[in-house]
Amino acid sequence: MEKSLVEMKPGQVGVITALKGGPGFTDKLGQIGLRQGKTVKIISAMFNRGPVAVCIDNFQVAVGYGKASRIMVEVQSNEENSPGR
Amino acid sequence: MKKIVLVGNPNVGKSVVFSQLTGSKVMISNYAGTTVEFTRGQLSTNDERYEILDAPGTYSLKPSSKVEEVAASLVDQADLVINVVDATNLERNLYLTAEVLERNVPVIIALNMIDEAKHKGVKIDLEKLEQLLGVPVIPTVAISGEGLRDLVEAIPKARSIALPKKETAERWSFVGCIVEEVQVIVHRHHSWLESLQDASLKPLTGIPIAALVLYLAFQMVIGVGEYIAGFLETYFFSALYEPVLTRLSELLGGSGFLHNILIGRLIDDAIAFEESMGVLTTGVFVEFGVVLPFLTVFYLVLGFLEDSGYLPRLAVMLDRGMHSLGLHGYSIIPMVLGFGCNVPAALSARNLESRRERFIACTLMAVAIPCMAQLAMIVGLVGRFGGAYLAVVFSSLFFIWIVLGLIMDRVMPGYTPSMVVEIPPYRIPSLKAQAKKLGMRVKGLIVHATPYILGGILVVNILYTIGVIDFLGILFAPVIQGLLGLPGEAVSTLLIGFLRKDVAVAMLIPLGLDARQVVVGAVVLAAYFPCAATFTVLIKEMGVKDMFKSALIMITTAITAGFVLNMLLDRIVPAAWLAVGLVGLALILAVVFGSNSDRRELEDLEKAS
Repeated sequence: MEKSLVEMKPGQVGVITALKGGPGFTDKLGQIGLRQGKTVKIISAMFNRGPVAVCIDNFQVAVGYGKASRIMVEVQSNEENSPGR
Repeated sequence: MKKIVLVGNPNVGKSVVFSQLTGSKVMISNYAGTTVEFTRGQLSTNDERYEILDAPGTYSLKPSSKVEEVAASLVDQADLVINVVDATNLERNLYLTAEVLERNVPVIIALNMIDEAKHKGVKIDLEKLEQLLGVPVIPTVAISGEGLRDLVEAIPKARSIALPKKETAERWSFVGCIVEEVQVIVHRHHSWLESLQDASLKPLTGIPIAALVLYLAFQMVIGVGEYIAGFLETYFFSALYEPVLTRLSELLGGSGFLHNILIGRLIDDAIAFEESMGVLTTGVFVEFGVVLPFLTVFYLVLGFLEDSGYLPRLAVMLDRGMHSLGLHGYSIIPMVLGFGCNVPAALSARNLESRRERFIACTLMAVAIPCMAQLAMIVGLVGRFGGAYLAVVFSSLFFIWIVLGLIMDRVMPGYTPSMVVEIPPYRIPSLKAQAKKLGMRVKGLIVHATPYILGGILVVNILYTIGVIDFLGILFAPVIQGLLGLPGEAVSTLLIGFLRKDVAVAMLIPLGLDARQVVVGAVVLAAYFPCAATFTVLIKEMGVKDMFKSALIMITTAITAGFVLNMLLDRIVPAAWLAVGLVGLALILAVVFGSNSDRRELEDLEKAS
């Protein structure tokens, strides 16, 4: 199921499918590690349209609400509900 | 002399490598954007001497902020590039490496933090990496010095391979192939630091943690600062220093020009460190007896916050709120630095992307963030009238910070894009590094502040002697007396405030003000204009035109705030209620009016895609 980063819940994992913005936007996010095809895991999301913190590879990035809402992710699993956690 | 430039992503340890290679002292922290300008140093090996330049961190040679522009332009001038790569983050770091390798410049790679990579279960095949990139790769742990000798020895082996230029996507796939071949990640369990890492990002735990950290930091600085200041006053200034000065005063005859400058006015035939206003009395006392203790404790706390990696997490917690002010969470870093000294704070605003953000951040910082030197004096002076009055000063500045931010975000065209920042792992600060950093900062204070403090006091005395202060007092009486309710002489504090704000606050003491006047004086002095040192840096950072606009905002804000406080405080609202009311009102206004940048950014991204 495709969702934007802000619609995902903490613990969920997914693969980035699209960055909906201009070239400056995709370049900037790409350089810090948010690119199409990358797997992201949500660490936390602040309420009231606050930033989303995600884990990519080995590191953590915080993305403000505006940018996060334009990052589309194919949600793969919901680790929080999976057994053994 | 050959020029070596250190290039790499933010927070990979370039400055650590730099200070290890050159022996120079530079600021080092655990967050992206510590270095905003390049630093020069020298390295001598057996055969040759090199000039080393430490560039600010950048993700790409296609820059997106002023700081990144500096890095990109340095690479163009380099005879050799040492590309510092974070071994724990190979893929992202190698993108920049790929860009550097496309330039026609010899390169060696310092694969830094190799120890941390091992801890994280990242295994890198060094030989293969070297082979695939075609340049020497040296594993290093810069903070402990491991591998740096090998790095220096590898300098002559640096190679320029001038890869063909690529498009962004091609570059990423080139990097992806390399990482695939050389890196294996073994899964491993969370350490306690990593659990704390997540806890400080989640709202439910993160907000209490942020509140606790800020509260403790505040208590530490004020409590310990006051304790040390009190200790110094009793055991040094009263017990040892005063008798010496009393003797000197007698020798000088108790009055006259020289006496006025060195000792100042005698209060009830005795020296009063806070009121005499002599270079050796008030000047020395303000700098060493008040400012230095508070600032030392502040920098101790700040050093810990910086090196542990907490600041970017605080940025995440505050991002939503700061977006209402036309800033984003990362702008908390200039604000926090501003509490130490506004000068480095103005410099660190360079990390912000747009001119709009830099303008808002610099203006808010200069208006509403008093530096520790000034704060120490405010705590000492206003605190005498009780905590409630002190609270009014802080809450007024907080109110100004919020409301001015809301207004600027509405009025200024464009929007402030939301943030995207890397959150570094928590690291336990090393005591040695902390001590070194504290030493640098305290030395910086003494070297830079002394001439201004002593000069400020000298100028006050001269202006008083030749009658300029009295003249200005009459000239500005409508504003100073009419609007702000202060005695005309208070104009002298505004004059001196441009030189040193701490001295200016001290000058309120001999005026014998009541609680309301002291609060008005403190707030106006904090807000009306930056001190000369900050002013110079701000002009350089913002340009004359923007500085002029910013200054108009500052002066208007200060007079308005002073007038309103003068009208309300104690006349209509008691201090404690006013403090609570201002904070509450500011927060409500922020919630109601604070979605401007949010909306404009979403509209813009919608259009662009």
